[in-house]
Amino acid sequence: MVDLTLGLTTKDLGPRKKLEQEHQTQKGSRAMLSKNVWAAAFISAVIIAVVLLLAGSPTATAAGPPSATNAEVKIDNFSFGPQTITVPVGATVTWTNHDDIPHTSVSTDGVFKSKVIDTDEKFSYTFAKAGTYSYYCTIHPKMTGQVVVK
Amino acid sequence: MPDKTQDLIDQNVQDLNNDGVDRRGFLKCMSWAGTGLVWTMSGGIPVSRAFAKTYGKDAGKGADFTFVQISDSHIGFNKPANPDVTATLQTAINKINAMPQKPDFIIHTGDLTQLSKPSEFDTLGQALKGASTKQIYFVPGEHDMLSDNGQQFLERYGKGTKGTGWYSFDHKGVHFVGLVNVANLKAGGMGSLGHEQLEWLEGDLHGRSASTPIVLFAHIPLWTIYPDWGWGTDDSEQALSYVKRFGSVTVLNGHIHQIMQKVEGKVSFHTAMSTAFPQPAPGTAASAGPMKVPVEQLQQVLGITDVNYMVSGRSLAVVDSPLGASNS
Repeated sequence: MVDLTLGLTTKDLGPRKKLEQEHQTQKGSRAMLSKNVWAAAFISAVIIAVVLLLAGSPTATAAGPPSATNAEVKIDNFSFGPQTITVPVGATVTWTNHDDIPHTSVSTDGVFKSKVIDTDEKFSYTFAKAGTYSYYCTIHPKMTGQVVVK
Repeated sequence: MPDKTQDLIDQNVQDLNNDGVDRRGFLKCMSWAGTGLVWTMSGGIPVSRAFAKTYGKDAGKGADFTFVQISDSHIGFNKPANPDVTATLQTAINKINAMPQKPDFIIHTGDLTQLSKPSEFDTLGQALKGASTKQIYFVPGEHDMLSDNGQQFLERYGKGTKGTGWYSFDHKGVHFVGLVNVANLKAGGMGSLGHEQLEWLEGDLHGRSASTPIVLFAHIPLWTIYPDWGWGTDDSEQALSYVKRFGSVTVLNGHIHQIMQKVEGKVSFHTAMSTAFPQPAPGTAASAGPMKVPVEQLQQVLGITDVNYMVSGRSLAVVDSPLGASNS
């Protein structure tokens, strides 16, 4: 925009005026330059702020989908917690049994099937494909849960 | 009998006649479990008498035969609720061996083991060898069907049975049916018998005289006690519809590790104590997990069930007896 204005003014003026004008425009151009510096500084500040905000967001939603590659499901008091867990594709979910009674974690569609998970034992499964995976404990079928892979 | 005791029994009988599980009634049952209580089922009307009046040296006297139900041995369990389940099973066996009238047989209503491990089945088998009653009938609990779809169980205790381990037999005029409601459980459901077994049951009962006393036994209760904890069987109504025409039906279950009783028409339902560890009353804890009681109280909440059958009255008297109670 600055260049366009300059071109137009120099065309319509005589040589002397042209020089003055050039001088003025140089001045003006300098003034514009310094304005641009301020604008750039402002924009940079905004960008930095946005970047900081974005950088801050994963910690605020640590259990959420984008950053977690591993997730934990606790088996406690005959229930899966959280009952629904959302993970990104490729995430590994680990179930840990905190009960005095054995449990299992078995997909209702036969996608994954744990062995018996006794007290303090773990079972892990890595979800390579997106989808919603319902599962339950085959010993205590009232215990149900879901893994949502996005 | 003191009036107060009679009042308690009357209330108890009244509560039992309700269809639902009555919490007060249950508590009275439990308080009685410490001393023992006899339930005599006759034409659907429960008559209860204090344990001490009928048990002891005269127990089973006049009965045509007696059998014992034991349940939920959970061999392999070693958590604080009972670090030595083999010892308490042994106590139960000693109690059976000391019974004044030798039982004709023992029925084990499942959860023989904790994790279906061969070593656990071995320990159980070894302990049961010490029982003076040699004939023992089994049905599996969900703990006996872990990881191998019940193969260990079926090879050892399910020879000659159908499907996942169901069967029937006759003993001195009474028809016994062992059912399996712990196999192929569906997500979100409770116990399940399944279509194939129900069809078999219908056929098994078909053509039998309505005067034949029927005893059904299975691991998970065949009546809905507490759905939130899965304490019931999804398709038990279907099974019970086949026994409606019979004059005397007794249903014996385990799984919930405590005594519960209900009478509905001519069907009497009864759950047995565990020989391993107690579980909380429905809804009184965060979950149905093992309940820790003071060591000195453990033998009061574990026990065996003794069933007396009298041809004359066409009735079965069910006696729950905690391990801690003496026989005489």
